[in-house]
Formats: sequence, structure tokens, C-alpha cells
Amino acid sequence: MTNQPLSSGNPSVDIEYRRRKSAEEMRYQIISFTLMIFLTLVAFAAVAMKGFTAWFTVPFILLLAAVQVVFQLFYFMHMSHKGHEAPTLFLFSGLFVGLTGILAFLTVVWW
Amino acid sequence: MHVEEKMTYETWPAAPEKSTLESKNKFLGFWLFLGGETVLFATLFATYLALKDKVPNTSQHLAKDLFELPLTFVATMLLLTSSLTSVYAMYHMKNFAFKKMMLWLGLTVLLGAAFLGLEVYEFNHYVHKFHHTFTSSAFGSAFYTLVGFHGAHVAFGLCWILTLMIRNSKRGLNLYNAPKFYVASLYWHFIDVVWVFIFTVVYLMGMVG
Amino acid sequence: MSTIAQKKGFGATLWDFLTTVDHKKIAILYLIAGGIFFLMGGLEAVFIRIQLAVPNNDFVSAGAFNEIITMHGTTMIFLAAMPLLFAFMNAVMPLQIGARDVAFPFLNSLGFWLFFFGGVFLNLSWFTGAPDAGWTSYASLSLHSKGHGIDFYVLGLQISGLGTLIGGINFLVTIINMRAPGMTYMRMPLFTWSTFVASAMILFAFPPLTVGLTLMMFDRLFGANFFDVTMGGNTVIWEHLFWIFGHPEVYILILPAFGIFSEIFSLFSRKRLFGYSSMVFATVLIGFLGFMVWAHHMFTTGLGPVANAIFAVATMAIGVPTGIKIFNWLFTMWGGSVKFTTPMYYAFGFIPSFVMGGVTGVMVATAAADYQYHDTYFVVAHFHYVIVGGVVLAILAATHLWWPKMFGTMLNETLGKITFWFFFIGFHLTFFIQHFLGLWGMPRRVFTFLPGQGFDAANMISSVGAAFMSIGVLVLLYNVIMTSVKNVKVGNDPWEDGRTLEWSIPSPPPFYNFKQLPLVRGLDAYWLEKMDGKKGMTPAEPLGDIHMPNSSFIPFMISLGLFIAAFGAMYHVDKVAWALPVMIFGLLVTFGSMFVRSVKDDHGFHIHKEELQEDKGAKA
Repeated sequence: MTNQPLSSGNPSVDIEYRRRKSAEEMRYQIISFTLMIFLTLVAFAAVAMKGFTAWFTVPFILLLAAVQVVFQLFYFMHMSHKGHEAPTLFLFSGLFVGLTGILAFLTVVWW
Repeated sequence: MHVEEKMTYETWPAAPEKSTLESKNKFLGFWLFLGGETVLFATLFATYLALKDKVPNTSQHLAKDLFELPLTFVATMLLLTSSLTSVYAMYHMKNFAFKKMMLWLGLTVLLGAAFLGLEVYEFNHYVHKFHHTFTSSAFGSAFYTLVGFHGAHVAFGLCWILTLMIRNSKRGLNLYNAPKFYVASLYWHFIDVVWVFIFTVVYLMGMVG
Repeated sequence: MSTIAQKKGFGATLWDFLTTVDHKKIAILYLIAGGIFFLMGGLEAVFIRIQLAVPNNDFVSAGAFNEIITMHGTTMIFLAAMPLLFAFMNAVMPLQIGARDVAFPFLNSLGFWLFFFGGVFLNLSWFTGAPDAGWTSYASLSLHSKGHGIDFYVLGLQISGLGTLIGGINFLVTIINMRAPGMTYMRMPLFTWSTFVASAMILFAFPPLTVGLTLMMFDRLFGANFFDVTMGGNTVIWEHLFWIFGHPEVYILILPAFGIFSEIFSLFSRKRLFGYSSMVFATVLIGFLGFMVWAHHMFTTGLGPVANAIFAVATMAIGVPTGIKIFNWLFTMWGGSVKFTTPMYYAFGFIPSFVMGGVTGVMVATAAADYQYHDTYFVVAHFHYVIVGGVVLAILAATHLWWPKMFGTMLNETLGKITFWFFFIGFHLTFFIQHFLGLWGMPRRVFTFLPGQGFDAANMISSVGAAFMSIGVLVLLYNVIMTSVKNVKVGNDPWEDGRTLEWSIPSPPPFYNFKQLPLVRGLDAYWLEKMDGKKGMTPAEPLGDIHMPNSSFIPFMISLGLFIAAFGAMYHVDKVAWALPVMIFGLLVTFGSMFVRSVKDDHGFHIHKEELQEDKGAKA
């Protein structure tokens, strides 16, 4: 779903197109939301249920979190739309710097 | 397009938050700020992970004793839903439906306030029942700094959205305030993103042990 | 608002500068404030060298010495080098991309006043006890530092740092969104590219500093336990946080310096920069690698051989793109027609000096060897060679290069060369011998040394060098004063070989910069037009109304509020009655001002087409 400039020449057609596109996008947002709730439930369930070791649960819930964040960024925050190249670059660069720091603190603080 | 021009549904642009140079700049500037905030929160997470469960003596409680699933789940649902309500608000803004946008922003604020109230109750609970405070241990300092900093961001966001709502209540939508609403809603989504990592790393991982 | 220059009284000029949101005036503010802090940092350096000129000296006490070295480092990096570079980035970058101002003029002003008040706050510590744990303020020492010195450090840098972060975002958005038509990324001048990469580094490096300072503040003022080992804390966390910021910080300093020298080498060789694409690539690579090497400041803390090896190799890798740049500058001169102006003298001085600093950098990057170099004068020599030989020489060069564009006058060339020689000779006298002092075993941060260890002569030589540098700086001050008094005006392109857009407009430019935004046809856009026989740039738009931002006193108020609140926060721990009310009052001033800014509409103003047509003095 991209925010393309509209130019069919006929303004009322443009408006109608925009309205439908907006509504379609809104449907995608609701689907995203439902998936996010589902992912959250699965994460909580994984922790609540007995029978999984921490070695499985921790990477699993981290993965679920990452997927959920992707939904937030790309759908709720419109990162998939055109015009978001610079935001995407800078957000992921920031994430990269942050993850390097987290890796360092997990490995070379306590020895 | 002049910024204070009175618009109608027909003349309202497809991307009102990016239709002037000033709004394009605000849009980009705010995303860049979020990039910086990502590093900020990542650093706080790193500190928390390094100091998790680091207490001076065995009488102090650890993560697995403190956190409970139901409370965390309710808080998460509140914040996640408030993210959806702000998406609705922006949908209505794109369609030039001022009153509906205000309604959904109001719902966002209510849900956010409920989240904050729950968090205050939660902190109170830890302080009084478990004597887990900001000054009781390195773990305590790290926990309250990370989660408290996020809570402070939620509180600031609520003030921000409320200020926008009150200031613009009589004005309707125009190209001057549309980017302001959009940026506030981006901020709101971002703090939901941070919460996803908080409930996973602090609460769920804390309970797993 | 008329575009004709108005005769203003002192009060009116003062108010103009207190409320300006014009990037050119903010640049002048950064230059003055940065310059004053540079003089203070220099004085601190002179005191250090006086104390260390002879063994067993008692010019200052040990405690005072610790305060002086701490303030010297902190002032020079945060309050002198950064702001002076910001001055040039503010003055020149928007002109180089053909923009009328930065993306957020109000925030530009806020960034300056935050830096200013943070710097003033930090220096007020001299009255009650300055910070004394080094510019790196390691937690094991700083947590136990008596008095409020460290609190001045923490709060002052926090306020200043906020200003820098705001400035960084501003420059990024300006460069991404506001380039003139035809200016693609690969047609931007190198100084603009280096501003871009340095600003991105600021965006990612300052948050860890913010976190570190906040945690230190929490530990010292609010009873937290991040660094208190007895309560489960860990002091090495401070070191990581500080250096995750600190290492990118030095690249934030050096990249704009590289950008300045790129402009100088091509302008004064009358030849385009050699290997433009590889220069851009090298800049970006240095920026990226700069985040991957911080633990080379921590080789001796016990990270272990694997971590040490990784960081050592990554550190050495940065030498590669840097080397590419050095060769490209040399190849730019080869075959060119070199004009030996003052900026070119500095550029010639920079090459060997910075390379020397770079190669000792590879030496200290060797983790095993660093166990010998760490905490000795060898490290002091290394970083002064890269910072003074790189950043300071660039700042002095840029002062000469862009003075006409900022002030409309030209600094005297003869005096400029005298400054250069005194400063350059003094610099090498002071720091070259320190390599040997370090290898002979003299530790750093010591307030005195015993006689008979072989350190005496070397320390004396080092101190004499400081005198030479001081003379050079005094000559520069004299140059500035004489130039301002004589006030001989110059035209658009006083160096006569200007290649980039800033030289296509008057010196100084009219407040709206460009009457009509220029059409950029390639790299070195102005030089291209000159080669085609044109007198100026082709406009990219018809003459029309220009939208400009309003001035505002609010940035000053926001910064003042934080300044006041910092005092309250700091003295709160002493349980004095006024501390909390003062802190709350300060925060109210800040947040109240922010609130006023948010709710009061500000649409700027328009300069009308007719006024621009009359404005013959300011030809685009």
C-alpha cells in the first residue's frame, strides 16, 4: 500500500479511489492488530505453560516480539509506504547500534 | 497550498501530513528522533539486562518473584488497543473527518491513562509488598529506570495529545495542525513498540528465569 | 522587513542575537562562544604545562591539578571543538546545498542556547569545586568525588548534549529535504557530506551518553545503585556507556575536519577533488566503523582476549578509509595549480601531523601492546596529534577560509601565517616529545613527577611548546580585532577560485541567502558555471515571495529554565530548603515555554517579490 499521487484527471474519481484505498488499508490495519494480539497471547502462553525450558521460551518470545514490532512499524506506522526510505534507514541503523550495545552488555560486563 | 487555507473533503490532499515543506521536515525530523530514541531505549535495555537480578543479599526479591502474568497482560492489551485507536484517528484525519478523529484520539488517551494507572498500582505493589524500590539494589534501580522511563514517555504522550485536542478543538483540520496530529500518533506507536520489548524482556523473560 | 542593512544600536543588536533563528547569526554565536571556551581550555592547558614544566612543582595543588585536567578535556571537546565545528556547519552547509536556512530554525537556536547554558553551568563549578575525575569521569572515582564537581559535569553535559542532539537532527533533515534543484547526493560538496555523516553519528552516539549521565546523576543525587558494587551494581557499565558515546564522538569531530580540508585542497589546487565517490564512501565507512570500536579504550579492564582481538582488528580497519582520504587529498594537489594561502598552510600541516597521530593510533590499537601504552603519555601524545593536528588545524583553517563569507571581511594573510607557524611549531614541540615520555614510563594524569627519572628535559620542552601555541592564538586574536576595526569589505568570491555554491552569493549573504534557488548542473556547481563563462548561478525558479521564519526569545527561556533547574537538582542532595522549589521553578520555566511555543501559532513572514526586485545590493 503506497501513497501514490493521484491523477486520473477526474477529481471525483480521485476521491473515490482514495476513499476505497483508505478503507482497504484500514482493513489491513485491523488484520495486523488481530495478528498482534494473537502473537501476544502466544508469548504469554509460552511462559505460562509448563514443559518448555528457558532455552526454548526466551528465543521464542523474542522472535514473537520482533515479528510484532515489524507489524507495528510497517503497518501502523506506514513504513511500507513510499517516502519512508530515509526513516527506514535511520530507524534500522539505530536498531543496529542499539543491538550492538545490548550484545556487548550481555557478554563483556560480567566475567 | 497555503497552510491556513480552509479545506473541504474534496480539496484535502492525500497525505495531509506531508503536503508542505514544513510538514515534510517535521515528518522526517520526527522519524530521525525515533531512531535516536531507539538507541536510547536499547541502552536502557542493555543496562537492565546486565543488572537483572543483581541484589546485595538473598533477602531481596528477584524478577521471578515479582512479576505476574495477568497484570502484565492487561497492561499490554490496553496499550496495544490504544495503538489501534490512534490508527483509526489517523484514518479519519486522512478522510477529513475531524470529529471522528477527535473521538478516536480521546479513546487513545483514555486507554493510555488506564495503562498508566495500572503501572502506578503495580509499582506501589512492588514497593510495599516486596520492598523492591529504586534504591534497594542495582536491579531495582535498573528496573524502575527502564520501565519508569517508558511510563514517563506514556505520560508525556498523553499530555501532548490532550494539548493538541484542546488547542485545536474549535479549529477543525488544516494543513498546519494535520502534521502535528500525525507526529503525535507516530510517537504513540513508538512507545507501544518499546512496550512490546519491555513486556517480553522484563516481564516474560523475568518470569521464565 | 526591509532587506536593506539597518543601522542598529547595541541594545537592538543584542536582542537580535538573543532571538535570532537565522543559521548565519547562530553560526556567529557558536563561533564566539566556542572561541571563548577554546581560550579557557587553552588557559587550562597552559596551567597544566606550567605545573609539569619542572619536577616536584607546586604551581597548583594535586586536587586543583585534577580539576584543571578534567576541565581542560571536557571544555575542549564539548565546549570548544564541537561548537566551533557547528559554527561552520551552520554557516556554510545550507549555502552549499542552496537552501535558505536549516529545516528547523527555531530548534537551531534552541540547540545553541542549550549548549551555551550547559557550558556556563559546567564552568560555574570553578567557584565551588570543579569536577576532578577526568573528562571520562569513571564511576569508581567519580561516585566518591567530594563536593558537587561531578554533578556540575553530569548536569552541564546533559544540557549541552541535548543541544547537540537537536543540532544533529536539524542538519540531517536539512540535507535530506532541502537541497536545491539538481543537487543530488553525489553532487553535494564533501563538507556537506561530512556534516551529514557526522550528524547521523551524533543522532546515534549521544543517547548512550544521555543514559550514562542520567545513571550517574541517579546514583549521585537520588540514591540509585547502578555503579555501586556493594548493591549489585557494576562500574564497568559506565565505561561502556561513556565510550560507546566517546569513540563515535571523536569521529564526529574529525569528519567535519576532513570535510573542511577537502574543500581547501580542491579550492587552492584549482582542481576538483580526486576520487569524489571514494571520498564519500570512505566518510560513510568511517562513520559506520566508528561505532564498532569503543572497547579499545578498555583493553586493560579484563574484557578477555576474544573481545580485545575483535575490537583491535575493527579499530585498525578504520585506518583503511582514512588512508584512502589522505591519498586522495595528495592526488588532488598533484597536477593542480597550488596557491599557498593560510588555509592551505594548515592543510599542508595537517597531512603529516594527522598521519603521525593515525599511525600511533594503530600502535595503541594493538591490544597486547596497549597494556604498555595505556594510561601513559603515549596515549596523550596520540590523541593530541589527531585532535590538534586534525580538528584544531581544521578549525583554524576554516576560520580563515570562511571568515569573508561569515563577516564580509578578510583576515590578514601575513598574520595568519605567523599564527600558523607559532601554533604548528608549538604543537609539535609539546606533543612529539610526549610519545617518548610515555614510552619511558611517565603515567598520565599525574600532578607532578620526581626528578632524576629522565623526564625533566622532555617535560620542559613540552611546556615551552605551550608558550608557542599561546603566542599563535594571541596573534590570531589580534588579527580578528584588526580586521574588524579596518572593516574592508569583500565580494562574493574573495579567494577567486570558489567552486561551491556559498561563493556564488554576497559576503555576507542577505538574510534569505538566495533570491532565487539556484539550478545545480553538477559537482562543484559554481565552478561549472564559471567555466561556462557565466557570472553566477542560473536560477531554478522565477522570482517570487520568500517565506522566512520569525525570531523568538523562547529558546533562550527554555534553556534558562533547565539551567535553573540543574542548580536545584544538584543541591537537593544537601537537603537545603530552596533546592526543590528552585528545581520545580526551573522545570516550570522550561515546560511552560515549550507549552507556549506549542499553542501559539507561528507561520513566519513573507518577503514580497517587489522588495526583492528593489534589493539591488543583494544580487543572487
